[in-house]
Amino acid sequence: MNRLVWRRWKSRIMVGLMVAAVVVAVAPLLLILGTLIARGAGSINFEFFTALPVPAGETGGGVAHAIVGTLMMVGVAALIGLPIGIGAGMFCAEFPRNRLATVARFVADVMNGTPSIVIGVVAWTMIVARQKHFSGLAGSVALAMIMIPMVMRTTEEMIKLVPHSLREAALALGYPRWRTSVSVVVRTCLPGIVTGSLLAIARVAGETAPLLFTALGSQYMSRDLNQPMAALPLTVFTYATGPYDDWHRIAWATALVLIMVVLTLSLLARLATRQRFDVRQ
Amino acid sequence: MSANSLMTPATVSLPDPAPVPASGRELIRATDLTAFYGTFAAVKHVTLGFEANRVHALIGPSGCGKSTFLRTLNRMHEVVGGHVTGRVVLGQDDIYGSRVSLTQLRRRVGMVFQKPTPFPTMSIYQNVAAGLKVGARHNRAEIDAIVERALQQAGLWNEVKDRLRQSAVALSGGQQQRLCIARTIAPSPEVILLDEPTASLDPQGTQRIEELLFNLKQQFTIIIVTHNMQQAARVSDTTTFFYLGTMVETGATKQIFTAPTQERTEAYITGRFG
Ligand SMILES: Nc1ncnc2c1ncn2[C@@H]1O[C@H](COP(=O)(O)OP(=O)(O)OP(=O)(O)O)[C@@H](O)[C@H]1O
Ligand SMILES: [Mg+2]
Repeated sequence: MNRLVWRRWKSRIMVGLMVAAVVVAVAPLLLILGTLIARGAGSINFEFFTALPVPAGETGGGVAHAIVGTLMMVGVAALIGLPIGIGAGMFCAEFPRNRLATVARFVADVMNGTPSIVIGVVAWTMIVARQKHFSGLAGSVALAMIMIPMVMRTTEEMIKLVPHSLREAALALGYPRWRTSVSVVVRTCLPGIVTGSLLAIARVAGETAPLLFTALGSQYMSRDLNQPMAALPLTVFTYATGPYDDWHRIAWATALVLIMVVLTLSLLARLATRQRFDVRQ
Repeated sequence: MSANSLMTPATVSLPDPAPVPASGRELIRATDLTAFYGTFAAVKHVTLGFEANRVHALIGPSGCGKSTFLRTLNRMHEVVGGHVTGRVVLGQDDIYGSRVSLTQLRRRVGMVFQKPTPFPTMSIYQNVAAGLKVGARHNRAEIDAIVERALQQAGLWNEVKDRLRQSAVALSGGQQQRLCIARTIAPSPEVILLDEPTASLDPQGTQRIEELLFNLKQQFTIIIVTHNMQQAARVSDTTTFFYLGTMVETGATKQIFTAPTQERTEAYITGRFG
């Protein structure tokens, strides 16, 4: 009897500790969101999305240039990074013991652990230093270099989750190996690959350090990937460290927009995994 | 659905149906076949022929090389990195010949696995049609006809005809296995290899498959691996007993089960080992 009471208490204590851990884990996100909404939501209006920055000292203006810059640079980074990352991941999964695959896997793991500022410096050396000017394209390349190892590893892991029996079933039907890989194996784990890709996009959308060395940032609307380009994280950085109250206001609002973009991408990623078989008629 | 409707002839016309070969004709033969995993010979010097339009059972204790042997007949043994010596001749063709297309070979020799393997992203219809995507081209109407015929032959048509566009993974295990049989027979292979096709099914599902085999042998040559002695006795015309990678005995099922010539065969089928 006594022991039973003690066990119940032990159970309650453990559950309590775990609930506390969850709260501590989730609290920062809520805190961040709460602060951003409190400080930034007030400044978000139509003008904020459509207008360009106004000269220092004036109030108003928006971050349209940074929105366009982020969309373009992240878009181009995805165009470069996703095919390479997914392709390399497929290769590593198809030929697990291949020497090249082993090396690629190791390099990817090292790169996944490399601070993004280092990637920025590398992109600077490779592109900016040679071309002698900053450019949005250099920013895209830096972001793509961050995406590739992430996407490559998730793709490989997702493919490895597909049961070997499915692959055999397709081969036994006479499917050539590449076709088995594409239309059965990759098709089966496509939601997982899409999720990994969206998370990688979300991750680089918020990257600041690599862009400091490459895209540099800009106060003007630039749609030319060969020119310096603005980006949301760069705008947050510039405005938050500036001396004017109005700049700080814009920095908060931009940070809120940025985190909303990242949250939306993460939610999409979750939806992609949940997506079941399509019951089209 | 009863066994009766399993025999319902397909109501659709087929693009060049496979001619029914006269019985007594040998369709596929392995000669001095040895199958390796690396340096380990899992099947040793097996010479064995299979007559057309019969059900052939392969029996033997676990690990004796039944699956390995079966997989040498459609060259799936190579998928896991194995290799063979010896010959396998299908009709007139040496399947290990240098000019052989694996796609063509596997269209002629289909395979059903122990666990049902429907493609989870495909509908029931797409699963059955999956094998038609390689090799000869078919138009839409032909594919419709072939899918219906294959599902009829697999005894699944009545259960799924109203939900062909739905996911194949929503089917029961037994239905999934019959779907896999439909998928295997859709490209009209000559030989069907089945590796313990009922091992994961309940008795009812097992019975359905056994009934099917009886009808399928009208059109196909069937080689089935089974652990179940009663099943071998019920469904097969010939039985081959493997032990430790060698073929110990082969013959008419009735003879193997009533008057085996080898001591080991008798010991195995009477349950004294294995
Ligand atoms: N992929 C593999 N790599 C190495 N050895 C293998 C492999 N598959 C099977 N073997 C070995 O080959 C031998 C024959 O295996 P096989 O699967 O053909 O036996 P089986 O008769 O089908 O057995 P079971 O009735 O258990 O399915 C066994 O000794 C097994 O350990
Ligand atoms: Mg086996």
